Amino acid sequence: MSATDTPFERSSDPYRIGHGRDWVSAGGGRGYVYATGHGEGGPASKRVIVGYGFWIFLLSDIVMFSAFFAAHAVLQTATAGGPSGHELFNLWSIVAQTAFLLISSFTCGLSAVATEARNHLWTQVALLVTGLFGLAFLVLEGRDFANMVMQGAGPDRSAFLSSLFAVVGLHGLHVSAGLLWLGTMMAQVFVKGFRPDILRRLVCFNLFWHALDIIWVALFTVVYLIGLGR
Amino acid sequence: MSHETDRRSTGDVGPGFMDAAEVTIREGIARYVIGFVLACLLTAASFYVLDSSLIWGPGIPVALIVLAIAQMGVHLVFFLHINTAPDNTNNVLALAFGVLIVALVIGGSLWIMDHLNENMMPMHQMMQMQR
Repeated sequence: MSATDTPFERSSDPYRIGHGRDWVSAGGGRGYVYATGHGEGGPASKRVIVGYGFWIFLLSDIVMFSAFFAAHAVLQTATAGGPSGHELFNLWSIVAQTAFLLISSFTCGLSAVATEARNHLWTQVALLVTGLFGLAFLVLEGRDFANMVMQGAGPDRSAFLSSLFAVVGLHGLHVSAGLLWLGTMMAQVFVKGFRPDILRRLVCFNLFWHALDIIWVALFTVVYLIGLGR
Repeated sequence: MSHETDRRSTGDVGPGFMDAAEVTIREGIARYVIGFVLACLLTAASFYVLDSSLIWGPGIPVALIVLAIAQMGVHLVFFLHINTAPDNTNNVLALAFGVLIVALVIGGSLWIMDHLNENMMPMHQMMQMQR
């Protein structure tokens, strides 16, 4: 065996992508039998492909958010003589919104655990709690928006407020859409049970909800905490 | 044939998957609890830094951004399960590209607009020239 291309030499290379796998020459020139997803062990399973596709969508969504964030970061001091964040923001409301969304993200993860265990009751309970905290978040955000508009600090007051309502409102729209999706998923799990297609939708919903919380982390930091200091 | 391709290694997971790793319920919950506690600590640190004299005043925004990026990392690893498992390579590469675009859009906008502000004639001077 003088060839350097023997299975053991290949798989011992720690820098090769997918290292640590078994090299199995399983006939038909298929190479890595276990290396699903690398195009060398047959196609990846549908769940992996669906998850990957939805991950690409989420990343494109985050790229869209980045444009709104950039606009707000540029316009954060453009108050046109109107109120600044320091006068407008209610810190305790922000704390509560952050806590609600973080808890709902956590219970959403617990619903995924319950789904893996194929437990109907706990899946529904965890999803319901997720939805309730999401709803509480939206109520607080809506109250903050209403307060600001009543003070004459609506999106038409200054470029700062336009960009603030745009970026926070866009996130709120995403949360609203997520709540609709959540209700739909609860109904589908109830009626159709843990069918493979329902499980894939649940995975996508989980990814969506966690991604919303990631965006909120950027949002409360850039818009509210840094905005409070200006 | 299909049963062969279904035999995946324990690290073979896409984003959000836990079944492939044969995670027990206890381990699955533990993973989310760890992530939740870490996220809570980082969030609390962000709100604490805001009003404390622990950090030099002008450095507070930088500290807040560092804490936010750390918390996003926690969310990605513990909630979205983006990790270094071999079959997660595609997800990590997609994420890297996303981060590149986000950094270009935000960093580029701030950089360009900052220079524009510095180089632009003050508004009252411009008004006088238009007379």
